Amino acid sequence: MLTKRIIACLDVDNGRVVKGVQFENLRDAGDPAELAKAHSESGADEIVLLDISAAHQRRATLLDTVRRAAAKLFIPFTVGGGIRTLEDAAAVFSAGADKISINSAALANPGLIPSIAERFGSQAVVVAIDAKRIGKGSWEAFTHGGRTPSGRDALEWARDAESRGAGEILLTSMDRDGTAAGFDCELTKTIADSVRIPVIASGGAGGAQHFVEVFHEGHADAALAASIFHYGFTRLLDLKKELGAQGIPVRWPC
Amino acid sequence: MIAIVDYGAGNLVSVKKALDWLGEESAITSDPARVSDAAKVVLPGVGHFASTSALRSSGLQDAISHVIERGVPFLGICVGMQWMFQRSQESAETPGLALFQGECERFPANVKSPHVGWNSLRLSQSSRLLCGVGESPFVYFTHSFRAPIIETTTACCDYGGSFSAAVERDNLFGVQFHPEKSGEVGLQLLRNFCEL
Repeated sequence: MLTKRIIACLDVDNGRVVKGVQFENLRDAGDPAELAKAHSESGADEIVLLDISAAHQRRATLLDTVRRAAAKLFIPFTVGGGIRTLEDAAAVFSAGADKISINSAALANPGLIPSIAERFGSQAVVVAIDAKRIGKGSWEAFTHGGRTPSGRDALEWARDAESRGAGEILLTSMDRDGTAAGFDCELTKTIADSVRIPVIASGGAGGAQHFVEVFHEGHADAALAASIFHYGFTRLLDLKKELGAQGIPVRWPC
Repeated sequence: MIAIVDYGAGNLVSVKKALDWLGEESAITSDPARVSDAAKVVLPGVGHFASTSALRSSGLQDAISHVIERGVPFLGICVGMQWMFQRSQESAETPGLALFQGECERFPANVKSPHVGWNSLRLSQSSRLLCGVGESPFVYFTHSFRAPIIETTTACCDYGGSFSAAVERDNLFGVQFHPEKSGEVGLQLLRNFCEL
């Protein structure tokens, strides 16, 4: 049976892993390459590395960090942050990433999605959507680390991204991110039920029950979290055991 | 030396990285002569079945057919495995190598496609490639088309019905999943291939 993926996210700034509450008040949680390997060994199904400062500082993605992390990783590895062109994406792939995640650049230039997908395959293109609730059952996509409203409806953008060749949607709830109050199941379900490609839920993970909810009620294909794994609040293995006990198919043992 | 065949489709770094980790000498190459001389050949593949047409025009297909005839171990991954079948619905005008019988087909409409993530294998017969990976190991898939179950299928996977996750005959090996992305199980499989 196809399992629900648990994805560990590393938010990287200047070569170090950090994680903010609502994208601010960053704390240092270590070396990305070491953390990626540790997460993989403790049962993560996939690693996402996001260079959180890249888009607004217009800095190249940390290729060296990607290279170091990729050398020790034999599970899917996604890299995002500051990828604006096909050449940026190609450099990240040749450093060892399996997938790239694009957000601001895809909204500014949706043609970037097919251009990367045609060369590297749709499976390699993750479109990240930072969604903020603007009304009942309605969310807007934000760019630049959640600072800039794009004016586009998150659902409409997800469908558009799929039609242009995105392979997966990484859906972050701006309202829940960093709160540990649980994923936004309504948002996740709205998007997941409207596209055929996998949807990764992100933002708000605080405990095992939140993962159960986002898989059962949110119809997520995968769920991503950062801070709860880094500081030992939730051990990945314990989380998977708990999910398995609650009837969620997970990769176990791994 | 293991030749990783580069025909301009997708990202071959992951396969090379895994072979490096195992301490195996390998090279990513688009040179038919290097493929002909290789001790083993890996044909990775992500993307579209039609991209395999580049193999024909570049002379790589002849080199591949030649090494296969000589008994050199050959491993097709993902679209690389699908190409070992006769054809695919993904690109009717692009013939496969027909090393295995059957046509690759789309997933049914009642499941999400592509099939992305970790799914378990059902090992259906003894396999040199899958030796030591356990009863129902989890491996990582990402694909929109799938190969039928045939006599030489060594592992099946269930997603909207059953399909061939691994095929094996003599020196021919094909896997629909990505061993280079399947953790310890995948590394064991690649180790088995290297030791053939």
